[in-house]
This record gives sequence, C-alpha cells and structure tokens, in this order.
Amino acid sequence: MQKLDENFEIKKDKYDFKTNIKPVYQVGQGLTRSVVEEISRVKKEPEWMKNIRLRALEIFNSKPLPTWGPDLSELNFDEITYYIKPEDRKSSSWDEVPKEIKETFDKLGVPEMERKYLAGTVAQFESEGVYSKIKKQWEEKGVIFMDMDSALQKYPEIIREHFGKVVPASDNKFAALNTAVWSGGSFLYIPKGVHVDLPVQAYFRMNGELEGQFERTLIVAEEGASVHYIEGCTAPTYSRYALHAAVVEVYAKKNSKVRYTSIQNWSDNVINLPTKRAWVEENARMEWVQGSLGSKITMTYPSSILRGEYASTSNLNVALAMGEVWKDNGAKVVHAAPNTSSKVVAKSISGRGGMSVYRGLLRINQGAYNSKSSVQCDALIVDDISKSNTYPHNEILDDTAVFSHEASVGKISEEQINYLMSRGIREEDARSLIVLGFLDDVLKEIPLEYSIEFNKLIRLEMSKMGAVG
Amino acid sequence: MTDKQNNVLNIENLSVKVGDKNILKSLNLTIKSGEIHALMGPNGAGKSTLAQAIIGNPKYTVTTGKILINGKDITDLQLYERAREGIFLAFQEPVSVQGLKYINFLRTAYMSLHPNEKLEYKKFIEQVQELLGLFRLDKSFIDRSLNDGLSGGEKKRMEALQMLLFKPKFVILDEIDSGLDVDALKIVAEAVKKAKESGTGILIITHYKRILDYVSPDFIHVLVDGTIVESGKAEIAKKIEEYGYDYYRRGEVNAKVG
Repeated sequence: MQKLDENFEIKKDKYDFKTNIKPVYQVGQGLTRSVVEEISRVKKEPEWMKNIRLRALEIFNSKPLPTWGPDLSELNFDEITYYIKPEDRKSSSWDEVPKEIKETFDKLGVPEMERKYLAGTVAQFESEGVYSKIKKQWEEKGVIFMDMDSALQKYPEIIREHFGKVVPASDNKFAALNTAVWSGGSFLYIPKGVHVDLPVQAYFRMNGELEGQFERTLIVAEEGASVHYIEGCTAPTYSRYALHAAVVEVYAKKNSKVRYTSIQNWSDNVINLPTKRAWVEENARMEWVQGSLGSKITMTYPSSILRGEYASTSNLNVALAMGEVWKDNGAKVVHAAPNTSSKVVAKSISGRGGMSVYRGLLRINQGAYNSKSSVQCDALIVDDISKSNTYPHNEILDDTAVFSHEASVGKISEEQINYLMSRGIREEDARSLIVLGFLDDVLKEIPLEYSIEFNKLIRLEMSKMGAVG
Repeated sequence: MTDKQNNVLNIENLSVKVGDKNILKSLNLTIKSGEIHALMGPNGAGKSTLAQAIIGNPKYTVTTGKILINGKDITDLQLYERAREGIFLAFQEPVSVQGLKYINFLRTAYMSLHPNEKLEYKKFIEQVQELLGLFRLDKSFIDRSLNDGLSGGEKKRMEALQMLLFKPKFVILDEIDSGLDVDALKIVAEAVKKAKESGTGILIITHYKRILDYVSPDFIHVLVDGTIVESGKAEIAKKIEEYGYDYYRRGEVNAKVG
C-alpha cells in the first residue's frame, strides 16, 4: 500500500516529531492580569505596550466565543499556557541556535530553504523567535526583517504607529486574546521603492499541547515597495489541543505590492484562529495565498480593505478537510474607494468525514464606483460522509459595481475512477490525479517546495481512503 | 509488449449480469495477436457489456466462465491489474476530469503500464506530440484537461491515440466510429491497422458496417441477446446491411446461411 510506483513513494508525516527541550522560562497556566503583566515585564516592554495588552485582556474577557461556525467549547482558557520561552538568546546564525532547536528546523528544511531561495528568514519556536536574518544586500537597502519582540525594542516608533490599527483588539475575541498575550511573530519593513525580489519566510513551530502560540506579525510596505512574505507552520501531534491565534497586520502603501503566502500544516490537534488583514492604499496590490493543509479546526478569513483608488486584491484559498476536521476558510474584501478590484478563488477538498466551509464577506461601498469583484468557490467532496458548505455574504452598495459570484460542488465519480484504473492506475492514484487536477490552477500559485508537499500530502490522504462506492 | 509474440485472449463460456439482469450468456471468443475481430449487433445486445466485463468494471458481475490472457486467468483481477496485463479499452464515452492535464494523465498511465521502462519526460512529450500530429490534433492538447471541452470526434481520436501510445496486447474499440466524420474515421482506421501490424489483437465493437470498410477485419461476430449467433468473414457484414439484425432474431440463421 505504501510503496506505489517508484515516483510515488509515500513518506510518513515528516512534521510529527517532538523536540526535547526545557524552556528557560514559562508562565503558569491560565490567563490573568498578572500573567499579562508578567509577559510584558519579562520582555522589558515600554509602558504603552503593557497598557495595550491590559486593555485587550478586558476586551477578551467581555467577548463571548463565536456562536457560529465550528464548535470551540473544547477550549478551556484556564488550562492553556500562554507564554513559553525556549531560549534566552536570539541568533542571526544557525550555529548559535541551541542544538535541539536547530535540529528541529533542520528536519523541517528551514535553513535549506533559506539557502536556496529566500531573502530572509525568521524562525519561531514556541513563543519566541529564535533566529532571524535578512541577507546583506536587502539590509543595506533598509529592509528590516526580524522577530516582533526585537523590533519593538529596536524600532518602537514604527511599531507604535502601526500596531493594532488594522486589526484592533476589539475586532474579535481572538484578536483581543492575541493583543493581550502576543509574543514573537515577525516584523517586515520595506522602504520606499525597494523591491525584494526573493521571498522572505517566517516559520512557526509549536512543540507542546495545551499551549498557545500568539505571534504578532506586522508588514509595512512603503510607497512603491514590493515583497513576497511566506509563512509556514507545523507542530507534532498530541491528544489534547493546542491553540494558535495569530494577528497579522499588513500596510500596503501607495503603489506597493505585497504577496502573503501562508501554508499551515498544523497537526490535527491544533485549533487555528488567526486574524489577518491588510490596508491597501491607492494603486497598491495585496495578494493573499492560503494553503490550509492541517489543523483540527481552522477559522481564517484574510481581509483586504481597499482604501485608495485603483487598489486591488486577490485571495486564493486552498483547504484540505480530511478526517475529523472543520475548515472554516474564506475572505473579506471591502471596496472603500472607486475603481478598486478584487478576485477571490476558494477551493476545498473534503474527505473521511471532513467539513469544509467557505465563508466570505464582499462589500462594495456606496461611492466606490466602477469597482469590480469576482468570487469563485469550488468544493470537491471525495466520499459520501464528508461535507461542504458555502456562506457568501455580498453587500453591493454601489450601482456601478460589477460583481460576479460562482460556486460549485463536485464529487469524484465512479466512472472517473474506473476510467483511470482502466489505464493501469491504482485507485488511490486515480483519486490523487482527480484531486490534483481540481487544484491545478491554484497549486501553481504556491511556492514550489510547498506545492510538492501539497502533492505528497494529497497522495497520502488518498491512500487512506477506502474502495469505491 | 509490442514484439510480434503470440498472445491469446480467451473468453470462455462467459456469462455476465448487471444488477439482476443477465446480459451475456455463455459467450466464447478467442483473439490472437495481430487479428482484427469485429463484434456487431443491435442496440442492447450486450456489446458494451462485453467490453466492460473484459476490462473488469466492477459493476459487471461474471456469473460463469473465465477470461484468460496467454492462459492466465484474469477474471478476478481489478481494472488496473488487467490493464497492466495488456488490456485496453477505447471508451465509447470517455469521462472528463477537469484540470487533469493530458500529459500528466498519459505519463502516470504509461508509467503504471510499463513500470520497468525508464521514461524520459522530454522524449515522452515528443512521442505524444508526434501522435497528436498523426491524429491531426493540435500539440496544445497535452496541456488540456482530460476529455474536458473536447468534441465527440476529438475524444475518440484521443482514445485511439492512447491505444498506440500504451502498446497494449489487446485493444477493444467500443463504437469508436460513432460521431466521427469520414476524414477522422480514416485516421482512426489507419491507427487500428498500425496497432495490428505491431501485433496487437483487436476487437472492434460497432453497430454499423462503415468502419469495417476501412479496416477489413479478419473475423466478424454477430451478437444478439447476449450470445454470438454467427461468426465468419466479410460477407456477414454485407448480410447485416441487407437484412438487418432482425434476420438473426427470427432464428433464420440456419435456414439462410450455409
């Protein structure tokens, strides 16, 4: 079963391993005012940041859990550990990273990717960035790429100017939680007119159960700048849950271009609830590419607020809901200026009882004349026990807007399987071919290393499926 | 697999049902390398059922009899295993798979069918493009989706193309002639002759005599109500043209043929 034709050897999940390491510091379980103060104190933060955290804690406590979407009742905020510091030092050379942690990132291929095709890397283990580096040629041009805690120490003014403006703590319960206990994440700053032509990558690794990772990412692309930011996320499997609740804020200023690619392959005990949003100014472009492979529950709706004339955005979402998982993915776009355009493409695969949901909000404000938008969501269900739902919410308030919405739900048919099998192809490979065909136009938008992973994962998932009918 | 070896496909006493319905009744047929057999018969006689039963479609249940290749019983093998034994069916209505590019499909299939061959990707593409040229199809077909948005005639030609590409021991062509104009029919007929020359054993399933004018089969079989009622040479086709299949239904075979 495992060894197919020579090209299709299926490997065991390479992400599922635990790192043996004793953290240098961690707070106790549960979320109180003193835990929040403690985190801020340990990080030697300015007073204003501590105050932002404490206000966010109040907001968090005052908001209920979402009453829609997947069931989050398993979350018990009293048993989670909110801050785990694995190591005292932050390095810009892999040789200085503690052995166990370096080995972890070696196994994940992070330094290798950095050598091969990245302009910079931030690596986070548990709550803290342990490594960050931007290649010299970009550093000389003023590009900043480092973990968020270091950025707060080094560039407090830039952080203060931008922090919590795109995603305020009051946005939702988990944005409030992140704002109260955030740690790590990355800060990426591209000065005016600088084009970073290689991608930069942040890699987030969680290592335990009943812990939370609350990274905070801020990207500022100044006028005419361009950058491609990639984020990778993995964790080992545990019986109890782990919570990942990130906040990502992106400023795409006039004439800039930002692409944000996120490939999450969390283990199937991770509850993943990030809030991601971009402000897109005049003639700027924001591209979201989301590959949602893992996790037990995911709720993520990357948003673009098109604030300036001729601003544009695209949102490409691929979700795999295999097994007892709920993928609640989608996109939000607000057209708040004339001549803005947006394109949303969401594709999902459900199998082995998985649930995939597309949930979207598309709003074209009155006065955002001549704006264009298209939304396309396609679902493929590979067996009889899996589900897919679509909840598009469209508010088109301007009469001159051009808007289209298409949705489809398909199944793999017995005829398709039989046809492919009659050409010598095994059933699981036939399913893989059909699924990969369904994803063809979106997979080519994903960086090569990750699309190979995607391919492998789909083959692995299809090999777990039962026979036809 | 293409060398002129003496392969034999034996269908012995084969009865097949679909659901509760018995379709084929004790059918016997032997096809050897390099032979062209034509199976003719009216609608509902069981022609496509025979094709599906030979390739191993799980919807078709064999109740008696066996299918053998060179003496090896393949009756209990799965679809993909029979394909690897050298059985190929050109489908009457091949299904489409959106987004599955022909080149990926053809390559995966080829590697599955010929696991011991080292496949050079570049050469393989050249080979496919050459065949596309032979079938008067545009080279861009390699990047199109499997049967997606193709005309009926294009689908048939792509089926025939696979027949030449995969080099099976035995080919079944299920109504390959339907929906083809004369020019396309000639191209497909040439391909069938080519396959014959390379030693493939061929079974052409057809309703009409038309294609037989171009490929001249070695044997013609008439299938009526799940049984082969007559086997012979070219003259049978003429008879069917003249009298129609009703001729066999009325049980007059013995009276008029002799």
